[in-house]
Amino acid sequence: MFFAVVRFWPAVDAMMLSVSRWNLVGPRQFVGLANYERMAGDPVFWQVLGNTFEYLLLGLPVSLVLAFVIAFYLDRVEYGQGLLRALYFLPHLTTATAMAWVWRWFYQPPPVGLFNAWLGALGFGAQPFLRSTTQALPAVLVAAIWAALGFQVVIFMAGLKAIPRSYYEAAAIDGAGFWQILREITLPLLAPSVVFLLITTSIGLLRIFDLVYNITAGGEGGPLNATKPLVLSIYQSAFARMDMGYASAQTVVLFVILLALSLLQMRLLRGRDEGGRG
Amino acid sequence: MKGGRPGRILAFTLLLLGGVVMVTPLLFMLATSLKTGDEVYALTFLPRAPTLENYVDILTRSPFGRWFAVSFTVSTVSTLSVLFFDSLVGYTLAKFRFRGRGVVFVLILSTLMIPTEMLVIPWYVMAKSMGWLDTLWGIMFPGLMSGFGVFLMRQFFLGVPDALLDAARIDGLGEFRIFWEVALPLVAPALSALAIFAFLGNWTAFLWPLIVTTSPGLYTVPVGLASLSGEFQTDWEMIMTGASIATIPTLLVFIVLQRNIIRGIMLTGLKG
Repeated sequence: MFFAVVRFWPAVDAMMLSVSRWNLVGPRQFVGLANYERMAGDPVFWQVLGNTFEYLLLGLPVSLVLAFVIAFYLDRVEYGQGLLRALYFLPHLTTATAMAWVWRWFYQPPPVGLFNAWLGALGFGAQPFLRSTTQALPAVLVAAIWAALGFQVVIFMAGLKAIPRSYYEAAAIDGAGFWQILREITLPLLAPSVVFLLITTSIGLLRIFDLVYNITAGGEGGPLNATKPLVLSIYQSAFARMDMGYASAQTVVLFVILLALSLLQMRLLRGRDEGGRG
Repeated sequence: MKGGRPGRILAFTLLLLGGVVMVTPLLFMLATSLKTGDEVYALTFLPRAPTLENYVDILTRSPFGRWFAVSFTVSTVSTLSVLFFDSLVGYTLAKFRFRGRGVVFVLILSTLMIPTEMLVIPWYVMAKSMGWLDTLWGIMFPGLMSGFGVFLMRQFFLGVPDALLDAARIDGLGEFRIFWEVALPLVAPALSALAIFAFLGNWTAFLWPLIVTTSPGLYTVPVGLASLSGEFQTDWEMIMTGASIATIPTLLVFIVLQRNIIRGIMLTGLKG
């Protein structure tokens, strides 16, 4: 019952809204695909979509490789493993809103910002960071990767722990080298964790909002929309401009992307099961 | 398999260094919250004369105490609701055969794929027509159950042996008591994991509370912090104080429940 009312019906409603023009007060008006046509001709929408994928395509490989390397070595540490893991995990538990402001402070121009102070002390020139159209998105992304890393490390470690030690020993006896063991034992057996993290991390990056809203001045999405992701654009269309139809059309785009990802995950998982049986 | 001893020491040192880098932003946040305004621009890490002045200041100048109460109420009620209803539904789906069971399960699972962002607009419309805008109930209602929780609980209830439940039935226990007294204690690890996820999820939620609340008295901590920080503009020591107040509770929870949290994440990572 609850699901029907609070989750399912709204999703259908959102699809219907996406073909309407509605400012929340007047009557809804059916406009066919006009919202989608407007989207296709809206340069800001394409920029926002590009930003969203930039978060995804830059953030995904960097964060997963980093998390894997950390987890791989952390798995072998004999003393103080719990403490080290806690250090990496702590940022994951913080409120994105709070952390966004901490990072925003770090990125401030001199003499306020920490990073620029350090750069200055090392004799480098000041960087504009959040005020630059090219540096702002990577700067936000660093904070996003930082916040999610601990979770990924923990998942990778769980996967690594599930691989029996005897496999490694057998491979070592057979004379396999470090890279060979990594490529032929560790990574294939870690596949479930990798797929799980690929999907959860992608979804997280595609839905990025809290961080961007707070880290860029007043939630505008950076200089010339340089950091604006899809969700922020949806929020602005709906709740700043009361353009519910256009906002809903954008949510449908987000939904389609996420749905495609979920289907891809199912395929990957099924492929793995069949491979395992064969 | 063993790397040489120097190799291992090097790896350990690098890991430790990386770990320190990871917590540095948090340390800076805390250190700065203890500084006076003039000292913020100094590059020193530790405050010369630590003071709690900023905390007193922020609590008297803004309704931070209230936001805390709102966040706490919303998170607690939602968590309890999620625990109770998700496990009840999960149990029903795992242990009872009835017509349409498969359909119900697939329906619930498919809601997992619908992003919150898509739902906020219809929720807003719904809340508006029901008069829930700018109320505690309005903040809470979408989070009272979660598809993820139902899925997680079902997976764990599947592992509870039927024989045990049948034995309880023969002993004359009612169905609800069987659920409550026999089955539920057996899935305690899943419950604690779900409780932690639900609580943290609600505590850090931003988008929906931002949309549904308009009066400052009903802000949750993240929404309040965002508005406050916008107001303080460049008083970074005040902003860091607010950020610290928002962060400290979750850090404390982590220190107390560290094992459960990490185990919970590993559990769901492997089962999911």
